[in-house]
Amino acid sequence: MSLLDFMRSFAESSWSIGLHESRYGYPLVESVHVWALCLFFGLAVIFDLRLLGWTMKTVPVSDLARRLMPWTAAGFVLMVISGSLLFSAIPLRSYQNIFFRVKMVMLALAGMNVWIFHSNVYRRVAAWDRDSAPPMAARIAGALSLVLWVCIIFSGRMIAYNWFDCDHQPQPAIINYLTSCVPTESEY
Amino acid sequence: MSLLYYFQWFEQSAIGDTIRNSMWLFPFIEAFHLVGLGVTAGAVLVVDLRLLGFGLRDHPISQLAKDAQPWLLGSLTMMFASGIPLFISEATKCYYSFAFWVKMTSLFLVLVFTFTIRRRVTMMDELEAVSKGKITAFVSLALWFGVAWGGRWIGFS
Repeated sequence: MSLLDFMRSFAESSWSIGLHESRYGYPLVESVHVWALCLFFGLAVIFDLRLLGWTMKTVPVSDLARRLMPWTAAGFVLMVISGSLLFSAIPLRSYQNIFFRVKMVMLALAGMNVWIFHSNVYRRVAAWDRDSAPPMAARIAGALSLVLWVCIIFSGRMIAYNWFDCDHQPQPAIINYLTSCVPTESEY
Repeated sequence: MSLLYYFQWFEQSAIGDTIRNSMWLFPFIEAFHLVGLGVTAGAVLVVDLRLLGFGLRDHPISQLAKDAQPWLLGSLTMMFASGIPLFISEATKCYYSFAFWVKMTSLFLVLVFTFTIRRRVTMMDELEAVSKGKITAFVSLALWFGVAWGGRWIGFS
């Protein structure tokens, strides 16, 4: 069974249809996704701006990391849970949505950025903890994080307005290729 | 002239027309609005968490509030610059939307609260700020919650 077949049958499950068509369930999950975004993205922005040396210059970077991380992590967990629920309500269309795919790629890049930051420059944080302008590697990590998360928010918002929907043919061949869309089969 | 008349007039303006006739303008302004919301949330939360006794507990409230202030003002500007065109493009729908009025009421209250009482509390000396901090942060967060909730639900009505 291919991933596409799986998404197709998932889309026909009673869970998926039920959540998609629910009067309050779906909007509620979407609202939770936005609140979680405020918690996660808002505090991540503060941390990234500190890495750039643009705010909270008197607060040591490790203090920000230690004190804000639990809240950021809680926001992230909420985002993943609510996001997965949103996906489960519209699995096939999301799977074939170019903006969803772009968002997933950028999420992976943002994750890599965090991993590189923590396994390199952040290990030596004691040496630059109180610097109002952290070292170049830390500033780059902060800037990359900001850019990636802004792109993630943009592509996330665009998922709902997909102009390249598989059901709306003709689309450019490159789009159909990138979205695993096979137009002749699209009768769902 | 009733309020509805003005709302309809907004909607029929050139800005309203341009946004409605464009396929991508509304979504893009919306995404911009969301980014602004996130930054506003960060600038508010970093202070409100501290007022509640969480977050950056080892640092003076007044310093955190001062550092967060330019980002709060900048992101609020971004929210208005994107929110107003969004409103103009669908003003009549907003007029009849309960969520819209919840949002506007909360927004008005939270702005007044933020730039009067909350501002004064964050500038008090530490001991006094701590004693009044919890209720201040609670009111601020509750009102912002109303703003975000109302905003998201405009789209569902």
